[in-house]
Amino acid sequence: MQLTNRSKNVVNKKMSFAERIYLVAIAKGMWITLKHFFRKNNTYNYPDTQRTYAPVYRGWHVLKRDANGAERCTACGLCAVACPAEAITMTAAERERGEEKLYREEKYAAVYEINMLRCIFCGLCEEACPKEAIFLTDRIVPSDYVRQGFIFGKDMLVEGVEPEKRVDVSVRQKHIQEKKQAAAAAQ
Amino acid sequence: MPKVKIDGFEVEVPDGTTILNAARMIGGDIVPPAMCYYSTLKGSGGKCRTCLVKVTKGSEKDPRPMPKLVASCQTMVMDGMEVANITSDEVINARKGVVEFLLINHPLDCPICDQAGECHLQDLAFDHGAASTRYEFERRTFERIDIGPYIKLHMTRCILCYRCVFTAQQLTPERVHGVVGRGDHAEISTFIEKAIDNDFSGNVIDVCPVGALTDRTFRFKSRVWFLNPMEAHRDCEKCSGKAVVWMYGKEIFRVTARKDQYGEVHEFICNTCRFEKKAPGDWVVEGPRNIERNSVISQNHYLAATTVR
Repeated sequence: MQLTNRSKNVVNKKMSFAERIYLVAIAKGMWITLKHFFRKNNTYNYPDTQRTYAPVYRGWHVLKRDANGAERCTACGLCAVACPAEAITMTAAERERGEEKLYREEKYAAVYEINMLRCIFCGLCEEACPKEAIFLTDRIVPSDYVRQGFIFGKDMLVEGVEPEKRVDVSVRQKHIQEKKQAAAAAQ
Repeated sequence: MPKVKIDGFEVEVPDGTTILNAARMIGGDIVPPAMCYYSTLKGSGGKCRTCLVKVTKGSEKDPRPMPKLVASCQTMVMDGMEVANITSDEVINARKGVVEFLLINHPLDCPICDQAGECHLQDLAFDHGAASTRYEFERRTFERIDIGPYIKLHMTRCILCYRCVFTAQQLTPERVHGVVGRGDHAEISTFIEKAIDNDFSGNVIDVCPVGALTDRTFRFKSRVWFLNPMEAHRDCEKCSGKAVVWMYGKEIFRVTARKDQYGEVHEFICNTCRFEKKAPGDWVVEGPRNIERNSVISQNHYLAATTVR
């Protein structure tokens, strides 16, 4: 059964002399090439020029700190269980006395790793997070030469304490809240 | 042999059976939830009020309905009794109220709590509770206490079901563990924080329906849904040696007793099995444990054996 008319039957008939010298075919092909010189460019010269992203773009994850600079993540494991690609692993540890400024809750993630090669950037981890700790940002995951370089530990994920090193996720946060409210209203 | 009808299902039960146990004989959705009743502990029940049901017909001889909702774990059946559990809006509303009361002082620190994923209060709140709280005041908080080298007590999470007290009373020769104070001030305590050193003290962890009593050797090690629960046994001179080992790969993270579908243990295990035998060679693994399909423990990794036992 023919679903489209794009397929063409192959005929093995002998070519005529005009066809055999290929002059017409070459001219046709060159005309197509010439047309493309005057077309608008479809590509960007990254990184000199960058395209604009959607404000809710899902890229490189960030582990947020709270207003006092303490890590929000408590290693509850809900992001890992929600992850369809099983990209997230973590090891929890108990907060010692005197570390209250570093970690918000009594448990924290001593190791938190996301395998960026596995990650499909679906955003289910940030929806699962009960502590508003993990967010996907509009930053692009940097390239690397070895696979090991794509396993991002806490050094690549946790944002800095200083105000200028904080990662702004307010747009994404609002988007997730609206999504959750819409889901709750639908129920 | 009295006959009782629960939500339209009729069952014939022996004399002296409670409504809750009659409902369990029928099984399914009509079984009232229980936070404090524990079939293997004598005297337990009647405290949490989550198992409230409506008796629409008292008995064959006296068909008047009971004036108030009754605790099904404490009320015996009578011949011809008719009970409404999930078919009564009154019961559903009352249960919702009970959950709200239980959660008044509960910290809801499930992301931190080791019990999360197998917590009865979590299930109960999910099934019956409201998504938000109306309580505006400061919640009751306590310092965390180490009861001996193996058990951690988070009094803040406790719902005062008294199960651990009955366990301590009935499994150990001398009483060292009880409830101190009354009403809002009541708290589980050992006298002068005296360490429980008894071979069966670890069972208070299993009977606790919430995360108030947790295993110190498993504290923050992993989450239950990352582990594979496997039925295993070993030769033990103190207990039956039948347990569940929670494994991650070949590593044993923790050992618990075998719980039935209502979360109740019938064969309590000793502290040696529970806390000290965690090398892979210590246990003979029988096979994966049956986990309910909709349980978080079976998420992502547990494809075989997903039926209710």
